[in-house]
Amino acid sequence: MRLDILTTVNAERAARRAVVTITDIATGKQRVLREAQIGADPMADVVEKAVRAGKSGMVETESGESFVNVYLPPVRIVLIGAVHISQALAPIARIAGYDVEIIDPRTAFATPERFAGFQLDADWPDVVLKQRPLDPYTAVALITHDPKIDDGPLIEALKTGCFYIGALGSRKTHARRLERLREAGIADHLMERIDAPIGADIGASTPGEIAVAIMASIVEAFRKRKMFADKRGEQAPR
Amino acid sequence: MSAAPRKNETSGIDVSHTDILATAADWAAIGRKLALATVVETWGSAPRPTGSHLVIDTEGNFEGSVSGGCVEGAVITEAIDVIESGKGKMLEFGVADETAWQVGLSCGGRIRVYVEPVV
Repeated sequence: MRLDILTTVNAERAARRAVVTITDIATGKQRVLREAQIGADPMADVVEKAVRAGKSGMVETESGESFVNVYLPPVRIVLIGAVHISQALAPIARIAGYDVEIIDPRTAFATPERFAGFQLDADWPDVVLKQRPLDPYTAVALITHDPKIDDGPLIEALKTGCFYIGALGSRKTHARRLERLREAGIADHLMERIDAPIGADIGASTPGEIAVAIMASIVEAFRKRKMFADKRGEQAPR
Repeated sequence: MSAAPRKNETSGIDVSHTDILATAADWAAIGRKLALATVVETWGSAPRPTGSHLVIDTEGNFEGSVSGGCVEGAVITEAIDVIESGKGKMLEFGVADETAWQVGLSCGGRIRVYVEPVV
């Protein structure tokens, strides 16, 4: 790998954008494609397919074998709400290998003592998400139970196409939430993406159990590649 | 001769991907000569998915993995040659190649690993 290609790959990954390298095996020649450059490449079709599937692999070309290596940003989980469930979910997510951050403007909840060692922001979600925007490789769980805090990032997550969006609350609470979203002009097919009641249906009751249920749903969404819009039956947000 | 590859090692959310290339960049920045090994094809139950990286320097220091630890030794030896020659090389490991390589994937899988200099 050329050093300039290595630098580009690392920079794109740091910026949480997909990046692809293509290596001609016979000659060792290599090129790098940023997300925005894929469409114009002679191998656009096969590269786009590889990115959507999240799979690197060999392809046959006229000049012989080429290896297409797909680098997707690491998956991260954003928890809106520094609540009891989040205290259980943050370490579970870390053990499962996912990056986690917690956002809650209520400083009584968002204390470093309650979330030692985790990225924690005691600020409004819109302020925090301006600095570190959501993207399709991010899962969002809204668990404050407070529409003032949850609704903003929920709408943002739906517009961004986050691969998992879960919202805490009973069916009644969720019905009211959908009404508010409809008033905010969110399309029905987007609202269907919300996982509510949140988490895998395992009869979870305690905060720790609910955390397990949410984690299970996030893993499912990631491993079944719901981070790719076409796997969710949608057009990719562009 | 090699530890049984653990299936769950395939699951690490591609974090290895980034870390290895970040390590490669760090090592290159301090003037180490490097090779990058990449799993380019797998058959059967291979322990690491395609795209997995291993970075190696001339001293035999390495970071990352291309298998569950079964063939890394052989890859490192080849990588040092690749750094010297400056030419990429394709390696193949698996049950069928055991006599040729004296290493194999105990899981019964087969992998192809491309080793290239970082220049």
